[in-house]
Amino acid sequence: MTTTTDSRAAERAQRTADSRYIPQAGLLLEVDDLHVEFRTADGVAKAINGVSFNLNQGETLAILGESGSGKSVTAQAIMGILDMPPAVIPKGQIRYCGQDLLTMPDDQRRRTRGPEVSMVFQDALSSLNPVFPVGWQIAEMFRVHRRMNKSDAMERAVRLMQRVQIPAAKERVKAYPHQFSGGMRQRIMIAMAIALDPAVLIADEPTTALDVTVQAQIMALLQELQEERQMGLILITHDLGVVADVADKIAVMYAGRIVERADVYELYRQPAHPYTKGLLESIPRLDQKGQQLAAIGGLPPNLMRIPPGCAFHPRCKYAQDVCREDRPPLREVVPGRESACHFAEEVLHG
Amino acid sequence: MAEAILTAKDLVKHYPIKGGVLRRTVGHVKAVDGVSFELLKGETLGIVGESGCGKSTLGRLLMRLEEPTSGSVVFDGVDMYAQRGRAMRKLRRDIQIVFQDPYTSLNPRKTVGDIVGEPFDIHPDVVPRKGRRKAVQDLLDLVGLNPEHINRYPHQFSGGQRQRIGIARGIALNPKVLICDEPVSALDVSVQAQVVNLMEKLQDELGLSYVFIAHDLSVVRHISDRVGVMYLGKMAELGEEDDIYGRPTHPYTQALLSAVPVPDPTLRDKREQIVLKGDVPSPANPPSGCRFHTRCFKAQEKCSVEIPLLEIRPDGAGGHLSACHFAAPREIIETVDLTDTPQATTFDSGLRDDSSLEPVGDGTQDS
Repeated sequence: MTTTTDSRAAERAQRTADSRYIPQAGLLLEVDDLHVEFRTADGVAKAINGVSFNLNQGETLAILGESGSGKSVTAQAIMGILDMPPAVIPKGQIRYCGQDLLTMPDDQRRRTRGPEVSMVFQDALSSLNPVFPVGWQIAEMFRVHRRMNKSDAMERAVRLMQRVQIPAAKERVKAYPHQFSGGMRQRIMIAMAIALDPAVLIADEPTTALDVTVQAQIMALLQELQEERQMGLILITHDLGVVADVADKIAVMYAGRIVERADVYELYRQPAHPYTKGLLESIPRLDQKGQQLAAIGGLPPNLMRIPPGCAFHPRCKYAQDVCREDRPPLREVVPGRESACHFAEEVLHG
Repeated sequence: MAEAILTAKDLVKHYPIKGGVLRRTVGHVKAVDGVSFELLKGETLGIVGESGCGKSTLGRLLMRLEEPTSGSVVFDGVDMYAQRGRAMRKLRRDIQIVFQDPYTSLNPRKTVGDIVGEPFDIHPDVVPRKGRRKAVQDLLDLVGLNPEHINRYPHQFSGGQRQRIGIARGIALNPKVLICDEPVSALDVSVQAQVVNLMEKLQDELGLSYVFIAHDLSVVRHISDRVGVMYLGKMAELGEEDDIYGRPTHPYTQALLSAVPVPDPTLRDKREQIVLKGDVPSPANPPSGCRFHTRCFKAQEKCSVEIPLLEIRPDGAGGHLSACHFAAPREIIETVDLTDTPQATTFDSGLRDDSSLEPVGDGTQDS
């Protein structure tokens, strides 16, 4: 075990030495005023409307939101796996170690996917290729990016499978995805994602399809790997419970914008945006009895017709005339806390 | 104590596995393997368990959508599986179901009026033909949908609204028991609360009994009076909500509870986590003795030989049903009782009139 760790550390040192990507003061990723729209025959769906955030080494940022909030599109934009067209990025920058991924030549960007930024998807069964053995698929990372020969790559694949705690990895390296359970498939996805020692790992609803006891195993594994490798982790999820367990910082998204951003403890203690507050009041809690659920009325808006002003105003109990006309920018309410609400102070203290 | 409206006794459902050229039966998937319980009048019985534990098959058996391999269900004093023809049809009126997936359980070619009104076509004596439209509109109103949307099609509704349509259909015949098979698990958090609140309201107004099948332990705690925990076709533990969540005695229940993330970061390192090894074994070839022994942190030799019976075992404050040789209470979560505390009131703005709030395609979770 120690030898693998040592050799990996050596390898990483070597790679950092000849890498053009060196994080400045631990800052890995900067997303700056990102816009994404989908231009379809029915109209333009504005999926992301100005999203900015930073990610540091060793930090876990949770992007929380419901369906249609733009959280997955944000992840896909960072990875560069959006289908363009119909997706268009009219504005914004995504800088990795200071270099803009969006303006980078395709060839150079491709070389960042895997060694620098990598991703775990929700549905492991449809993300793995059903006609190749899992070992082959993991080894492909080493053959393509590191130009290793087949047997070396395969050996590395086995070691990775052991690292993500797949029992009998040596025997199962030749098995096909359908021969694994959901939890094991997700472990294989994670093995592929960390194969090239990325600095940034994006996990898009990594446990949504899994049972709760398996979810606990996978989240524990992700945290362990993150700590071991000091990765920056972006966790995309709708599950307020999972976020509370692992995140350092949270960005809450609604209708393509970040509506609140805070440290995880602060946000759960005292939300500063009516939407976050509503979400927290609407989930049943395992450790509470006789709780009343205060549901948020209505539905998230259609992205082709986002309401003017604050997009949340039709569902908001704090809404006033100003909310229907002026869109509140994300602003600092108290140090370290940002909220995009005209009445953020009231929500926070009231 | 209220009387039982539905009693299941030793319910078993085995599905044959066919193999070979001759399609001979080579084995059985033991989906439900000896489950007994009572559903009391007006209560909600939650059934929790992971995928493959047989909870959905159990729901289908209670509806008689499946014939059991053995066992019986007595509904209101009548043996359900002994009924034929007209008598069975009459019985079906009293037990209805709400399905998980609001997309596949509604016929896309029918209007909402047709879907919710269809039970009246099958049981024409419930509402006279002339009064049907009115009856359907009343139902839509009851579940919080705009009665004027009676001529719309399912695709014009969001996931949460579709689930309301499914519920309206379920209660159309004024049943006594409603089986809810994962009714909220496909919905977004904010919408899920709307539907849970609706179901509680309907229970109060109509005096329904619910069998609430779900994998989400938090939702089940919120809505249930009593809870049964299933593992690989068997009931592992069954008791009052307080018993199961406050004094669980079965190691599986304890592990399950400890694995549920609680939305409170301050509990992060304070909560004890029992991480189970491995996955649920295949129900086609369940482990001998106690089915949980392969993953259990308490397992001893006895467990792989002798099947533990579901019987009353002490839990520190009396006792409740548990199927473990080494049942012992263990507090996993610290419960905060809010029963008498005033809380934020429900805010339901624009639930009906949502011209500006059309769904983002669906309104269900990303999948």
